Amino acid sequence: MTTTPAIEITGLTKSYGDHVVLAGVDLTVPVGAVVALLGSNGAGKTTVVRILATLLRADGGTAAVHGHDVASRPQEVRESISLTGQFAAVDEVLTGRENLVLVATLRHLPDPRGIAEDLLARFALTEAAGRRVATYSGGMRRRLDIAMSLIGDPPVLFLDEPTTGLDPQSRIEVWRTVRELADGGTTVLLTTQYLDEAEQLADRIAILHGGRIIADGTLDELERLLPPATVEYVEKRPTLEEIFLAIVGDRPDRPDRPDRPSQTDRPDRAGGAR
Amino acid sequence: MTTELLRDTVVLSQRCLRHVLRSPDTIITTAVTPIAMLLLFVYVFGGAIEVGGGDYVDYLLPGILLITVASGVSYTAFRLFTDVSGGLFERFQSMPIARSAVLWGHVLTSLVANLVSVALVVLVAVAMGFRSGAGVLAWLAVLGLVVLFTLALTWLAVIPGLTARSVDGVSGFSYPLIFLPFISSAFVPTEGMPAPVEWFAEHQPVTSIVDTIRNLFAAQPVGATGWVALAWCVGLLVVAHTLAMATYRRRTT
Repeated sequence: MTTTPAIEITGLTKSYGDHVVLAGVDLTVPVGAVVALLGSNGAGKTTVVRILATLLRADGGTAAVHGHDVASRPQEVRESISLTGQFAAVDEVLTGRENLVLVATLRHLPDPRGIAEDLLARFALTEAAGRRVATYSGGMRRRLDIAMSLIGDPPVLFLDEPTTGLDPQSRIEVWRTVRELADGGTTVLLTTQYLDEAEQLADRIAILHGGRIIADGTLDELERLLPPATVEYVEKRPTLEEIFLAIVGDRPDRPDRPDRPSQTDRPDRAGGAR
Repeated sequence: MTTELLRDTVVLSQRCLRHVLRSPDTIITTAVTPIAMLLLFVYVFGGAIEVGGGDYVDYLLPGILLITVASGVSYTAFRLFTDVSGGLFERFQSMPIARSAVLWGHVLTSLVANLVSVALVVLVAVAMGFRSGAGVLAWLAVLGLVVLFTLALTWLAVIPGLTARSVDGVSGFSYPLIFLPFISSAFVPTEGMPAPVEWFAEHQPVTSIVDTIRNLFAAQPVGATGWVALAWCVGLLVVAHTLAMATYRRRTT
């Protein structure tokens, strides 16, 4: 495709005093892709997202979203993005429905109530719609948070550590939502410190380390960076997550991507099938 | 841009007002302390305070109104702090809306909530025997001064709301504001104070504002003091707004 990339970052730098957070980040995200920005705590993932979301000014370099420069055309950038931050940014005093209506009204959309009802149904929040968000569980808050981000169908979605602090079931729900969005053509840039999350969701993975992107590619491409795998037979033990989900018996569907074997089917990577 | 600012401000003010309506205790709490002071000073200390004729409640009310506003704006700082620390502030900032509408929503809500608290305090004062011979214009002038004073303190409250790291830090800023009327003509005439204290009392904003409101209530001419009070209110408003906007801009760079 020759269209403008959804996100284009060149030589992005940001320091706080002497502390260099970003030392020249380059990253291109094509339209419709799901890209995971992987890095340990404090690697600068959130800083990248905040710059892209026009919440923070970079010291140097350029960043453009949908062809709009974040520094000089912030309003156009805000038209085409939605940010889901590290903590669910919901109004606890309002009800779930009121939260959605508020965002739809601020985006000047017709029929905010109808939009709210649709999203409530889609995110299984209809029953709780009239309750104050303060009474919601962590997973419900996150679902509402993501629902609020989808209002107005922004073509580019930033998810900053969307599953940090969630229980396994909520985590799977969030994953399913992200996959649905990707299938609908939304470009997603998500940051995560969980390797399996990047593996599950992303078309491409970019590793942010020491203020730079040190690796960027599909999972297969990244795997090729390692020495060729040798075939070994290892006994596959269930992960604690699988045990937990089997015992509580409340396991939501996990529609995995057709182009990739599901995580449960493949040998335990951490076990070292190299 | 201006119509957008107006429209978004209305939407976000409605949201903040809903917060106030769902915790009406904030309005009550704002009014309770000033009312307690009113009772205490009128019925306990008032008998021993000589204010040169007239009922002490008439003398005291203007200062109590300013204390009401000073304690009320700490809730504004608190509500803004909650938005900032909870991430809602950033959500709004990353949306295609008039950005400063987020602040204006809090400011207008503060104005409405404080005026309700002030009205409650006035009602209690009336029940305690406060009477005013002020005409409509004088009442409007009082309202205007209270509005300006509230806006000035509200913009001041925006600063800790944006920068505080903890809830304690947010509420702490209002204590000096509540204390300022005590070193003014709000409770006793300044003439009896030691010279340096009297000098301070005469030259800080509260005294001129209190004296002006008192004269307006008493249907007396306000004279030059009225202009001094107006200048203080407008000046404080301009300075507070400038500082708040500078703080706000620093947050987004």
